Amino acid sequence: MKKIIITTAAFCCLSLYLIARQTQTPEVQESIARGEKVYTLYCLSCHQKSGNGVPHMNPPLVKTSYVTGDIKKLVTWVLKGSTENVEIDGKSYSNNMPAQNYLKDDQIADVLTYVRNSFGNASSAVTAAEVKAIRAKAK
Amino acid sequence: MKKTFVNCFLLAALLTGGINAIARGTDSLRVAATVKPDANNAGLTLPQGFGALVVAENLNEPRHIAVTKQGDVYVKLASLQGGKGILWLHDANGDGKADEQKGFGGFKGTGMYVKDGYLYASSDEEVFRYKLDAGDKVINGNAPEKIVTGLLSRHEHEAKAITLDNSGNIYVNIGAYSNACQVKDRTKGSPGMKPCPILDSAGGIWQFKANQPNQTYGTGVRYATGLRNVVGINWNSDANSLFVMQHGRDQLHDLFPTMFDAKQSAELPAECMFQVQKGTNCGWPYVYYDQLQHKKILAPEFGGDGKKTAGEDAVDPVVAFPGHLAPNGLLFYTGSQFPEKYKNGAFIAFHGSWNRAPEPQKGFFVAFVPFKNGKPSGDWEIFADGFAGGTNLSSPGDAKHRPCGLAQGPDGSLYVSDDQGGTIFRIVYGK
Repeated sequence: MKKIIITTAAFCCLSLYLIARQTQTPEVQESIARGEKVYTLYCLSCHQKSGNGVPHMNPPLVKTSYVTGDIKKLVTWVLKGSTENVEIDGKSYSNNMPAQNYLKDDQIADVLTYVRNSFGNASSAVTAAEVKAIRAKAK
Repeated sequence: MKKTFVNCFLLAALLTGGINAIARGTDSLRVAATVKPDANNAGLTLPQGFGALVVAENLNEPRHIAVTKQGDVYVKLASLQGGKGILWLHDANGDGKADEQKGFGGFKGTGMYVKDGYLYASSDEEVFRYKLDAGDKVINGNAPEKIVTGLLSRHEHEAKAITLDNSGNIYVNIGAYSNACQVKDRTKGSPGMKPCPILDSAGGIWQFKANQPNQTYGTGVRYATGLRNVVGINWNSDANSLFVMQHGRDQLHDLFPTMFDAKQSAELPAECMFQVQKGTNCGWPYVYYDQLQHKKILAPEFGGDGKKTAGEDAVDPVVAFPGHLAPNGLLFYTGSQFPEKYKNGAFIAFHGSWNRAPEPQKGFFVAFVPFKNGKPSGDWEIFADGFAGGTNLSSPGDAKHRPCGLAQGPDGSLYVSDDQGGTIFRIVYGK
């Protein structure tokens, strides 16, 4: 009986995941694929392959409002970096984050779309046009 | 009646043992017969003849630890537990497991050291001490003396590790709030600052008097400089000298991808053990030590290319370990419980890496370096492994335990704290 429940639950999760994937347009899926490459090059060493970050040092990108919340805040964070002590779920993270403003608008859009749809996150995509507008105002 | 007699006999035996222990000094005891390793050695892999047990678990991020001559353990927490930042652990029945626990001190931190009737503890900005009674118990947990105040803590490398010498001085690490002293920290293309302005007030070891209240930068001495960050720090009485473990710089590949590939960046630079005297310069941020070329190499932020040597005014390390293993504890072993080869040698607790990604992470073990006459006398080796609970970890957050602090018990047992799983381990020999 227990086995049936677990199997059913696993099937439901998989179905939901597949439905969620299907609701992503091909454009978004392509953006996620490109974003993974940007992530591997510029983000992975600190935030780690799993997106879990490093305890006390580099913040996790998993199910935190920093990542899944307001796009403007998130893009600004990436553009400007941070020398703040970040606090997530009662844990503080101390390493500075360098500004990533050398990345192009579409690279930032791709990597944030990837991060917002990886590591258990499922949030809306970020577009290059949004990044462009936020960058213009941030200057 | 018979039972009472046996109990009395046991009590007498225990008391005699205790008196003998005092008479023979603190380091010459064999481990008590009642202390047994856990069935699986608490999950650790150890050399032949050693065993391990869990002393306490589920503590809130235990950093450095100190064991008193009575065998009680003081633990500094990086995260408050019941509002308290220091724990006292006591083993009432002598089985090696802590069965009594008290908290005091409402501040988080790393440093913990017992010396000459005082317990020393640090937050990320200050150093305190608590007077101990004849049984090495804190007399008043609410009334520490503030020894040092106003130390820089700019959230990178903020832990203030401490140790004491035998002449009334305390040594405090003040870590550099930077990776490589670039104009913009960890930012590709940002040049290194020369002279590095951080070195005035951080990036080194400061010496203070162990018994004077309210000392600050003005009354302390910058004892050693050019140290990016030190968490493992210990006075070697054999060499009558301070030894420190530096956390080497990060991100050679991220910042200089054309000079260093990801594999080189995982191995370089060395995590270094330095012997320091007053005035020693260890070279950060201008140079790093390359353990494969056996040279001090000019940092790329300052014009280096991975080959140019520099740092003529800086010392070489006495031991160089692979990169990014994160040495968080250093202890010179003066006990008699372990075999002769361990006498006066160095144990180093490696917290485990994060900056080896995308390569697998490494570390998460306690290493050993044999010493003779205050100098390393052989290669380093892994002493205790298995803390991570698996191999090929992609991220340190996946480790079950991360070794952090080290302390020696009165019977010569080695205690290891783990700030990830919250466990205190005890390693014993001859069981």
